[in-house]
Amino acid sequence: MPSAITVRSNISVHRIEVRPRRGQADPRGELVLRQIESIGLEKRPRRVDHAAVYLIEGDLSTVDVTRIADELLADCVTQSSEVHASAAAAKSRVAPGVAVVEVHPLPGVTDPAAESAQLAIFAMLGKNVEVRTGDRFDLHGVDSKFARAIAERLLANTVIHAIHDVPYLPTSFPHGAPYTLAIREVPIVKLTDAQLATLSRDAHLFLSPEEMHAIQAEYRRLGREPREIELETLAQTWSEHCVHKTLKSTIRYRELSGPPTSDAQWSLATVARNRPGHEVQPDGTVVIKNLLKSTVAAATHELMGPAAQGGGIDWCLSVFVDNAGIIAFDDDWAVCFKCETHNHPSAIEPYGGAATGIGGCIRDIMGTGLAAKPIAATDVFCVAYPTLAEVPSGCLHPKRVLTQVVAGVRDYGNRMGIPTVNGAVWFDNAYVGNPLVYCGCIGLMPRDKIRGHVEAGDRIIALGGRTGRDGIHGATFSSAELTDTHADEFSHAVQIGNAITEKKLLDCILAARDRPNGPLFRGITDCGAGGFSSAVGEMGSAIGAEVHLERAPLKYDGLSPTEVWISEAQERMVLAVPPENLDELKRVCAEHQVDWCDLGRFGTPERELVLRWHGTEVGRMDMRFLHEGNPMPVREATWDAAFAASQRYAPPAPTLVASGRFKVSEKASDLAKTLETLLEHPNISSKAWIVRQYDHEVQGMSVVKPLVGVSGGPGDAAVLQPVPTSARGLAIANGLATGLAADPYLMVLAAIDECVRNLVCVGTDPTRIAILDNFCWPSCKDPRNLGSLVRAAEACYDGAKAYRTPFISGKDSLNNQFVTESGKTIQIPPTLLISGFGIVPNVANCVTMDAKCAGNALVLVGTTHGWLGGSHFQLVAGLNDGALPETDLIAGPATAKAIHAAIVGGIIKSAHDLSEGGLLVAAAEMAFAGNIGLELDPVKAPSPRDLDVPIVAKCFAEEPSRYLLEVSYDDLTQLERFLGDIPHALIGRFVSAMTLKLNVAGDTAEIPLDRLRERWANAGSGSRSQ
Amino acid sequence: MQLPALVITAPGINCDLELCRAFELAGATVETIHLQRLSREPALVDRFRLIGLPGGFSYGDDIAAGRVMAQLMRHTVYPALAAAIARGVPMITPCNGFQIAVQAGLLPGPSAGARWPDEPAAPTVALMQNVNARFHDGWTRFEVPAETRCIWTRGLRPAPGTDLLPSAHGEGRFVTDEDTLAQLKANGQVAIRYVASDNFNGSIDAIAGICDATGLVLGLMPHPERYTRWTHHPWWTRLSPALRQGDPPGLAIFRQAVAHASRVSV
Repeated sequence: MPSAITVRSNISVHRIEVRPRRGQADPRGELVLRQIESIGLEKRPRRVDHAAVYLIEGDLSTVDVTRIADELLADCVTQSSEVHASAAAAKSRVAPGVAVVEVHPLPGVTDPAAESAQLAIFAMLGKNVEVRTGDRFDLHGVDSKFARAIAERLLANTVIHAIHDVPYLPTSFPHGAPYTLAIREVPIVKLTDAQLATLSRDAHLFLSPEEMHAIQAEYRRLGREPREIELETLAQTWSEHCVHKTLKSTIRYRELSGPPTSDAQWSLATVARNRPGHEVQPDGTVVIKNLLKSTVAAATHELMGPAAQGGGIDWCLSVFVDNAGIIAFDDDWAVCFKCETHNHPSAIEPYGGAATGIGGCIRDIMGTGLAAKPIAATDVFCVAYPTLAEVPSGCLHPKRVLTQVVAGVRDYGNRMGIPTVNGAVWFDNAYVGNPLVYCGCIGLMPRDKIRGHVEAGDRIIALGGRTGRDGIHGATFSSAELTDTHADEFSHAVQIGNAITEKKLLDCILAARDRPNGPLFRGITDCGAGGFSSAVGEMGSAIGAEVHLERAPLKYDGLSPTEVWISEAQERMVLAVPPENLDELKRVCAEHQVDWCDLGRFGTPERELVLRWHGTEVGRMDMRFLHEGNPMPVREATWDAAFAASQRYAPPAPTLVASGRFKVSEKASDLAKTLETLLEHPNISSKAWIVRQYDHEVQGMSVVKPLVGVSGGPGDAAVLQPVPTSARGLAIANGLATGLAADPYLMVLAAIDECVRNLVCVGTDPTRIAILDNFCWPSCKDPRNLGSLVRAAEACYDGAKAYRTPFISGKDSLNNQFVTESGKTIQIPPTLLISGFGIVPNVANCVTMDAKCAGNALVLVGTTHGWLGGSHFQLVAGLNDGALPETDLIAGPATAKAIHAAIVGGIIKSAHDLSEGGLLVAAAEMAFAGNIGLELDPVKAPSPRDLDVPIVAKCFAEEPSRYLLEVSYDDLTQLERFLGDIPHALIGRFVSAMTLKLNVAGDTAEIPLDRLRERWANAGSGSRSQ
Repeated sequence: MQLPALVITAPGINCDLELCRAFELAGATVETIHLQRLSREPALVDRFRLIGLPGGFSYGDDIAAGRVMAQLMRHTVYPALAAAIARGVPMITPCNGFQIAVQAGLLPGPSAGARWPDEPAAPTVALMQNVNARFHDGWTRFEVPAETRCIWTRGLRPAPGTDLLPSAHGEGRFVTDEDTLAQLKANGQVAIRYVASDNFNGSIDAIAGICDATGLVLGLMPHPERYTRWTHHPWWTRLSPALRQGDPPGLAIFRQAVAHASRVSV
């Protein structure tokens, strides 16, 4: 909107309040009252009233303002509006005994409602006005000190909001002043090492000493000092977030002899010889060149290689090179998948952080090949327990973090019309200062549109949102370590998205792609971390680019060229457009009401990046140095099993054993109590309160929804039918085994197996599954953390090859820890999310986990060894011992294949994988999801002949590669044929009685299905804050 | 001959694809036109025999759901749409479309026999925030009042277990004054209800959708366009093959309208 700084004679600010009519419900006010109650303060207001507040600055007559209030802002059936001419008038309306708090976005913070109101007012009156919105809460029966405390805790985040305790009506809005060019040089050539370090930190560059040296050397060579914009460009381009320099660098890895635990024992040195990019030194250390290329990517390339050497996969179309990995869906269509994390912004402003996280991941899909259409989203959150009493200074309470990240994904995903179909939540108090927010997105594209490129002479066209100061330094911020002062220091890196700006952008780009004569653009990428600097920098890396920064449309005046260049303002894409297509592209933009600008031209004679401001050169850099100049030092990694073991998943989680809710015994009645306790654990209990806030069916493709069965049980994977004319399905799932963090190698294999299990259970062909890796690690400057990262990466290599599930894309976030006021560092447990998607040959064969029919048999497939380490049983029992489960890389894939064959054979009525909680939890879920009773004898669970596996372990161990299948007794012999020598046993029978009956060698216990369902469902709803 | 259906899209509209698909499965051909263009050339409406205003978050549903889009339509395409309805063209407005229609003067429309006013009427019904103040996605059982005039839903009696429709909205609580409610009931303008126990958003009289006095214009919060394949059903894997015969109820709604439109001479 125009921010005129001309004479503003008749311009004044008008205030309009909109609230429910007398007698009408006030759901928002009631919601806030419920939220206040849920924090459990002894004092609380009698009542809370909500009113929407609109501040409108413009040259408006009284008639205009009244029309805006009555026709646009208030609903004439249920709402009333009030116009306040002056602040005094507004204040005079506060009733006695009532404390008012108003929450308004700070200047410069995106205010989508305001933008829409401006548009509607222009349509109504033909007048340009500037609108700001806010919310007024009248709290009855409390004082304003209490009201402000409530506002800070529930209603506002002072990083982006201002809180007022009287109705707010400024005389005018703050407006930017026009910018006058000043080219700032940063003296670096003569700096000492100490001074370089200070500069790197104070200027928020977050570059290593080696990198600062490389830059110093380059500018000594050039015989000049760097200009600010050049230094910033290097900081963005070389940030961990943008180049993954840790995973791509050379690593010197050595092993300390740890305690003799079977799992942590094996030495990389003994197997490294047969691994690409690995070199074993005489002293036993292993040198790994480009860890990513030598492990995660190596597996993919071997699988895509000649069949003779174990390859033969021909359906991977684009891996690791684009914004997302692409695989074939059928002969005409391709699907792509990308998963991102947005951890640090979400720690400070969870709502905006999560929303811009999903928004950015959606743009990655729009920026893949020649643009894909987003068809599904996924979200996985790792947070501290909502029951946590105290949080360190500088952290938000986990309950608030969780409800706000959910709201952020909901509001952005729902508005974009992209169904969020799969996800998970994992609780561990180590995430208190540094929660993890994973956002994934899947796209559909024609197979002839999977590759874009850029040619010299193409115009650099920016589409979408305007550029403001928001999000500056997001890329470098995400590569830093969070501390208790970050909320203040990095508030500018946090932003609020506007989903509708992005939806218009999406519609516009797909229209420009699907022109009868082919796409109007040759290349496309999104403005993510680093903004224009990384988007244009990447696209032009091979041929150079000349950019005229003053051409970018701004949200407000006063931005410097540097700010325009590195701003991470949301909802922007950069296209490479042949000049002859410009006019048609402009028409498409106009049709979709999308802003566009011509920033300049790709290609310079010297392969340089040239930055100009009204013609004046403000920056000039060699693309070679920018993209190849990073020194990439050798990094030290140490595998210290003892240190890793200290990260074992165990108390301090809330241990329920103390409460005497159950005893660790093999009595059926005690096993039943344990089952009920496990169903209530936040990791296991229902996530319906999240799933139902997402429109997970928009676009009308859903075949298997996140919640299945008559009473909405936890489905293993989502299935979509993306091409209406084809019966093919696309299944989406994830694997996360953070419980095994004490041994990252086992953790990753278990996660891959879980992801495959989830996909296979709904009918996915295990030979058509592709996966993604998302590493979230504590600081890898600590060699011990880098050591555990190396072992996790080795597991990616082994797992992907064994299951023949190529990695096609990935991302890493390697500084996830929080430093408290007192200087204590809280590291997150090493966390690797495996996201996977695969082909369902025919959706008619899809299977869900809900039990279908009394009289059917329940068959357990897979071996139980009694490995209870890292299980939820140990967690709730307050135990912390036992071996971690190992994944059998022969049996795991073989079992998946056999299960798929049985499903295609049409004899499987329901299938469910055993994961968190183990056998009894999985069996109970099947029973209550289908509302079919079950008699179960866990003793029958197959285990190795030479092992005497305790019943508790058979009931609750969380070992991989195990499935529960419901089949008719008539089909048991046929099932035998499909399973062959894969260990399996008939362990139960579905019955008409509405109970789960445990039969432990004659000793029995019975639990009503309703009670099991309630435990699972209510505990789930308990973890939300209303 | 296949009937041409118009689907109107705009910034934030995001259920247009499934609406187009539903029209096609019901035997119509579809053209999607952006509100921008339709505002410039309202006459484009004239050649269509069916009209759909899809769901989504038009203009972000900022201020209130459908508010901005309704404002824009009142000033632009309202007359063309009213004229089409007067000609006998059926129109469906699910979810956000419903929220827009009640604010753009398209629903509940003029009383029986009266002609459509040149200026859009002021709203008399509203779709407000759900009682729990939260967006909710879920399937609910529905019933069609025997006396409804709605040509889309009239006579729809799906088999038990299949008589569900998906909803996904945060502002679907149907609100109106007693007189309007009485009129709507008396004129058979209540097109569809939630089964009382499934009235999750707190709508008056469990009303999920209404129609105009001619029964041609259907506005409803549920998404029939998302129940056009049996695999859309939330637990289709437990429905017997016998139950999965014929059109799912969502598709049946569109078939009835296409059949009706083919009988209307234009």
